[in-house]
Amino acid sequence: MAKSPKFLSRPSFPRKRDSSSTATTNAYGAAAKILPPAVILTTLIIIWYIAAYLLNEPQAIALMDPDGPTNFWAVVNASWSMDRPVLPTPDQILSNLADSIFNYPLDSPRNFLLQTAYTAQAALTGLALGAVLGIALAAGIVHSRVLDRSIMPWVIASQTIPILAIAPMVVVALGNIGFTGLAPKAAIVGYLSFFPITVGMVKGFRSPDTMQLDLMRTYNASRAQIFTKLRWPVSMAFLFPSLKVAVALAITGAIVAELPTGAQVGLGARLLAGSYYGQTMMMWGALVLASLLAITLIFCVRLGEFFLRTSRGGRL
Amino acid sequence: MTQARITWLGAFVACLLMVTTRLNISHPFEWVPIALTPLCLLAALVRLAGEKTRASRIASPVLFGFGIIWAWEMLCVGLHVPFILLPPPSAVAVAFVNNLGMLGSDFDQTFLHSVIAGYIIGCGTGFLTALAIDRSPFLQRGLTPLANMFSAMPIVGIAPITIMWFGFDWPSKAAVVALMTVFPMLVNTQAGLQESGIMERDLMRSYGASYWHTLIKLRLPAAMPMIFNALKLNSTLALIGAVVAEFFGTPTRGMGFRISTESARMNLDIVWATIFVAALAGGLSFALIAWGERAVTFWHPSFHKRQT
Repeated sequence: MAKSPKFLSRPSFPRKRDSSSTATTNAYGAAAKILPPAVILTTLIIIWYIAAYLLNEPQAIALMDPDGPTNFWAVVNASWSMDRPVLPTPDQILSNLADSIFNYPLDSPRNFLLQTAYTAQAALTGLALGAVLGIALAAGIVHSRVLDRSIMPWVIASQTIPILAIAPMVVVALGNIGFTGLAPKAAIVGYLSFFPITVGMVKGFRSPDTMQLDLMRTYNASRAQIFTKLRWPVSMAFLFPSLKVAVALAITGAIVAELPTGAQVGLGARLLAGSYYGQTMMMWGALVLASLLAITLIFCVRLGEFFLRTSRGGRL
Repeated sequence: MTQARITWLGAFVACLLMVTTRLNISHPFEWVPIALTPLCLLAALVRLAGEKTRASRIASPVLFGFGIIWAWEMLCVGLHVPFILLPPPSAVAVAFVNNLGMLGSDFDQTFLHSVIAGYIIGCGTGFLTALAIDRSPFLQRGLTPLANMFSAMPIVGIAPITIMWFGFDWPSKAAVVALMTVFPMLVNTQAGLQESGIMERDLMRSYGASYWHTLIKLRLPAAMPMIFNALKLNSTLALIGAVVAEFFGTPTRGMGFRISTESARMNLDIVWATIFVAALAGGLSFALIAWGERAVTFWHPSFHKRQT
């Protein structure tokens, strides 16, 4: 049996080495937790501005007004405010996003919020589908030796196959029998997100040790009772890490699923359209919103984990 | 003993039935093998699940896989499933053999160029960065949350931007692959370097070992299981990244290009043959890394023989 991926190792107890998480009770601890990422993030943004200057400079000089000022700061300003830069600056991306969100009506295709909503809809529908299927299959595998022996190796082997590659084919094939719009995208996302959940939940359902299972047996508990009262609660420690992996996959899947339909709606479609027409800002805007969507969903998963943890007195 | 023989006989008969069934039925008697196959297969699977030998552990999934392919073929042909929805496996096999040259050139473009180059650059950068920030707890604490955040982002979306920067050919795909693989490697190497225990590190200190000695003799070997985890994870990610990056634009070869154009032209047999190549490449590279892992981290508890 190969070792499990990192996210599946038993995550319920805080590591002793992890000094940052144990020292967050006072203000100093909070600062020690927030300061390093903030400093590094600031450094990265400064590097970004320098890189934007270096990459855009040749074109900026070529486009500059020959009669205007040509000193160093004029060149810097020009390379930070180009229409089609090689690398746009963060403030350009943000102002472009703000422009598209506030200056266009919500139902206009130029409004990025509408595109994000389309992608989020596909991702969430597919994620729900994948979670239900994955948990059901995991329950089946835990309770049936036949399923365990014959399906589980394929579930693990399927992790080595680039599943995302079949996305265009699924969209085309489902389109041929009349399924367009949300259904094929949700199917792809569901298929992608169901594997990590299955693998994680099989581990989770198997994680009660012999002592606990024996105790249930001395209570004369049925298999259904063992499942609902022992296996299910214990498996929560594995559900959330799997969900985080699944969320990341779901967003990627939803974006890729939008590509073959000919770039109509969604963040993936915006990416492709931006790529076709050389609209740098459109690509970056879509990319930033996709990342924000992923981060928001991960945050929701963390929030759920936090509430469950709190309601169980601090551990899962 | 006889029980085991019956099981294997059942499995053999199931395979025989699957190979011999034909669907151009002229006589009602020919329905018998078709009806018998699933029964025989199911019985063999149930019996195999009860066996404890190593052979039965391998035979179960293999038999199940054969069963799936058989059912796929039978359903496609028997129910007249349209070719553009799902081609039968036999058609995929024919397409694979007929287009070997084209598939080979796609494999060369996508796997031998984009994936390998990007994988080496990404994993190498992640590993070296982890080593570089290992001595600074400040950088470690700062980079870990950022790296976790990056791993949640849809990095393949950067493909159109790398195309703008590095052109249509494979370097832009390699850049996507490198970006996708660098963070898992960084996070895992960093976690792996913390794996060695305090006792062992104290022992090294009592030997008067330098930082580099401790790193090479103790901490890197202890980190190997985590590093191999990242290598395995990345081998899949790299292939996905390269294929998906080609959906955004590529010269007229490459597995991603093949899949997107041929599915638009309804040649689903070629699409499935390409997916087969991709699966084979993914599976083989994963197996290669797993073999390396077994050779390097043979001491890890997960490779100990299981007590029965």
